[in-house]
Amino acid sequence: MVPDYHIANPKQLEQSKAMTQTPAPVAIRKAEKGDLDQIIALDEHITGINKHDYIHDLFERYGARRPEQRFFYVASPLEEPGGRVTGFVIGEVRAWEFGSEPCGWVFAISVDPDAREDGIGAALLDRISESFVQVGVQRLRTMTSRNNHLLMSFFRSRGMMAGPYLQLEKDLT
Amino acid sequence: MKLQAASRLAIYAVLELSIDPERQLSAAEIGDKFGVSTHHLSKVLHTLGRAGLVRSVRGAGGGYVFSGSTKRTTLLNVIELFEAVGSPEPGTDGREADTAEGTALATVLGEIDELTRATLNSITLSTMHKLTRHGERQDRRD
Repeated sequence: MVPDYHIANPKQLEQSKAMTQTPAPVAIRKAEKGDLDQIIALDEHITGINKHDYIHDLFERYGARRPEQRFFYVASPLEEPGGRVTGFVIGEVRAWEFGSEPCGWVFAISVDPDAREDGIGAALLDRISESFVQVGVQRLRTMTSRNNHLLMSFFRSRGMMAGPYLQLEKDLT
Repeated sequence: MKLQAASRLAIYAVLELSIDPERQLSAAEIGDKFGVSTHHLSKVLHTLGRAGLVRSVRGAGGGYVFSGSTKRTTLLNVIELFEAVGSPEPGTDGREADTAEGTALATVLGEIDELTRATLNSITLSTMHKLTRHGERQDRRD
């Protein structure tokens, strides 16, 4: 049964919606096993780190299991909808962590640097947001490094603002 | 957080001008919208001009046009033309900076400064326009 989640801050939801009305210039579809090599390569191109096992594990957890709460989408050019991967987004519904009501978390989003500023990131974020809304969730959350100005600017351009939580940390050694 | 008057005027001026980069506006026209003196605004526009964000247009009608990039110019870029964002550099607070208490306070204030800078540097003029348009729609509905 899909849980019925309530809206915590309707005004902020409206603001975010108003800022995200953008037509998708690309084809967005669910990630398939055959996409993983391209996703690994794209991620390595951006981060400089090959995360083969991690991304395969992500696909097992977010691409193949609990499809009603976990989402893994890829973007391809309109003229090659089943082919070249130009971006991806991964997220899931998380409930009651840190005392938070259920909301949709995006914990990975990447766009090929050669294909940026074409609306691909926006289309991916909009697609996963739709999925969250379809399962009854009304709030989107993510976390970024405060030094990642590009990603922070992107999320803000899509209507996201600082939330009520603060990430804290300490060294254990 | 409080901004100095010049920083606020500069943000309003670049936002107003960047709505339409082809449109020329005089300092008086911008000042009229925000209720500020042409004298203050002219100084601000001069600084924005030196930074390449606006360009003055000579001739009949005169005025300024936006000459920057709304997608690449952030609030921090504008504000830092007029004021420093963050706490004073270590060592400028006198003897208190050399104490353990002074160091602990500097650490906390440094955390706030980093958040402030990251926030201001993540909001472009383009994003500000979206926020403004949303606010206008909300006002009309109310």
